[in-house]
Amino acid sequence: MSDSNKQAIAHYRNNFLKEVEDHVEDGEWVRMCMQCGVCAGSCPFGPHWEHSPQKIFMMIRAGKREEVLSSDSMWMCTSCYNCIVRCPRKLPITHIMHGLAHYAHRLGIAPKGQPTREIARLFWVNLARTGRVNELKFSLAMYFKDGFVQGIKNALAMQGIGIGLMKARRLNPMELLGGHKCKDKDGIHKMIAKAREIEERKQKFV
Amino acid sequence: MSPSIATNQTILVVGGGISGMTAALEAAECGKQVILVERNATLGGRTALMNRYFPKMCHPTCGLEINLRRLKGNRNVRVMTMAEVSSVTGQRGDYTVTLKLAPRYVNANCTACGDCAAAVDAEISNPYEYGLSKTRVAYLPHAMAYPMHYVLDPSIIGTADAGKAKAACKYDAIDLDMQTETVELKVGAIVWATGWKPYDAAKIQPYGYDRFANVITSLEFERLADPHGPTGGKLLRPSDGKEAKNIAFIQCAGSRDENHLRHCSRICCMATLKQTHYVREAYGESGKSTVYYIDIRVIDRLEDFYQKVQQDATVSFVKSKVAKIVEGKDGNPVLHGVDTEGYHRYATAHDLVVLAVGMEPETNGIKLPEDMLLDSSGFIESSQDEGMFGAGAATSPLDVNRSVQSATAAALRAIQVVHKTAAAEGAK
Ligand SMILES: Cc1cc2nc3c(=O)[nH]c(=O)nc-3n(C[C@H](O)[C@H](O)[C@H](O)COP(=O)(O)OP(=O)(O)OC[C@H]3O[C@@H](n4cnc5c(N)ncnc54)[C@H](O)[C@@H]3O)c2cc1C
Ligand code: SF4
Ligand code: SF4
Repeated sequence: MSDSNKQAIAHYRNNFLKEVEDHVEDGEWVRMCMQCGVCAGSCPFGPHWEHSPQKIFMMIRAGKREEVLSSDSMWMCTSCYNCIVRCPRKLPITHIMHGLAHYAHRLGIAPKGQPTREIARLFWVNLARTGRVNELKFSLAMYFKDGFVQGIKNALAMQGIGIGLMKARRLNPMELLGGHKCKDKDGIHKMIAKAREIEERKQKFV
Repeated sequence: MSPSIATNQTILVVGGGISGMTAALEAAECGKQVILVERNATLGGRTALMNRYFPKMCHPTCGLEINLRRLKGNRNVRVMTMAEVSSVTGQRGDYTVTLKLAPRYVNANCTACGDCAAAVDAEISNPYEYGLSKTRVAYLPHAMAYPMHYVLDPSIIGTADAGKAKAACKYDAIDLDMQTETVELKVGAIVWATGWKPYDAAKIQPYGYDRFANVITSLEFERLADPHGPTGGKLLRPSDGKEAKNIAFIQCAGSRDENHLRHCSRICCMATLKQTHYVREAYGESGKSTVYYIDIRVIDRLEDFYQKVQQDATVSFVKSKVAKIVEGKDGNPVLHGVDTEGYHRYATAHDLVVLAVGMEPETNGIKLPEDMLLDSSGFIESSQDEGMFGAGAATSPLDVNRSVQSATAAALRAIQVVHKTAAAEGAK
């Protein structure tokens, strides 16, 4: 178990709602939910989630910490915003879903190998390095995330599309060698560090 | 009526529903001079358009008839219909009110024989049936109308029907030359008993009130259940005129919702419970009512009404705010959502959906005198100087019982104002 997870458990004991209010973006809204069910019924992905937002909010209030944070559900959110526009209590549901996912990730208890989580992680690493997304490296990283053999299989399967993109000049093979970047790469890194510092403060991680 | 009759010791009551009638009568029976103005062609307000009344399931006729009898027997109240307040100036004890009187084209000679209606051909959508049926351009608002006089719809003017109606009337009651008039009154106190209006159901986009024929409002359902209504009391659904036996009621349609009305409309839970009685009465054991709700909110002693409905095996309750409606086979609305007791996903077809629409103040959207105090939903409290008061559903979503109590209280406060005015005048 990660240290941050142990610390959080020790500090909040059974009060998971308080923990969410303190550390999850827009978490203070969770108590406003009146359990009407509109978000659950409005979500286009609804039938494929293990727990709907409505249920997650109730689980948070019921102190089901493990089940919520290790759940795959909030990673399923596609940010369509259907729930936000319809919630009669105006809860920023989409943001809370992302906030929960982020918090679980931070504590190291988000589900391993969850595809959305993996994409998000790879995307961020790729982007933060130079300040520009290197699409070629990003795609390759995606292909090879489940091992070398699977990576080759994936690459072969996508070969046609790759060649098509190259012909249409949407994919540059030279990107593999370094690739384009922002002029002031160090500036970007400083900016990200500052943003992180602000967020740590806001979400009470320091 | 000549304006000089009103003085600053007169009480003006705006709105002739159950609350306005009550406030006017309470004050008049204490000897005060009262003017009761109603925008429609008849008194009665929304109460007259209901089939039955909770909690006793009586007919609206009873309550209205008692009030109409009191009204006829009292010389202190002057009733003006088709009259709307267009401006109020002045202050407590000394108001000047401008009224706009719309032409009725029928005078007090009318005996309600109905010959004019029989003579005309053109039809309009019936304003007293929420457009569920048509009526001739010469019509009686409804069976309980007061005054019991016919009305000509303004569209008749300049058509052949106008001449036909006039020729048919044996009592010389039709006056096609009537014009819109403006009248000014001096009054001491004003009671706003302007009532409520249903929230516009079409704004609740996922329910498709404007797209699906078989999604109707609770007010329309009252008309379907009424033996004097457009279907003679049969619960026939709009799309194909077939009997609707499997009926869904959706609570909080537009209420308790930051995107629509913020407040709980308080009446709609009771109204739905009442309406499940209509289904049971129509079909016995073979009808089915399903109530989709967030929580059932019935007020204090009305709880036993709820318990009785819960015992009815033909009524079931689903704790869930319906997320959306789509139109399925044969025009059957299919309700989609997730219930809160177990988080089960459902997609359930019904013959007909009744939206328990919220109540908002009728005065939303019109210009009220500036010093009026309103709550966050627009319901009227009083004027800052306490010379104008709200009464009944204009002040909050109230049932008839509570509306009447509120109207009596408003009458007392208005009496106090004109008393003080009288005392001040006497001292001069
Ligand atoms: C579906 C449904 C079912 C209901 N069933 C029941 C029931 O079974 N039992 C019960 O107790 N209650 C019931 N109610 C509540 C009931 O309808 C109200 O309590 C009642 O109508 C309140 O009466 P009112 O006189 O205050 O308002 P209204 O009935 O709205 O009367 C207001 C009057 O003022 C007039 N007016 C408005 N503005 C102006 C203006 N600017 N100038 C002049 N005149 C104006 C209107 O034309 C109207 O005649 C139900 C409500 C709903 C929504
Ligand atoms: S729509 Fe809003 S109030 Fe309703 S269950 Fe979802 S979060 Fe709660
Ligand atoms: S009375 Fe019932 S249906 Fe109406 S708004 Fe309140 S809870 Fe909803």
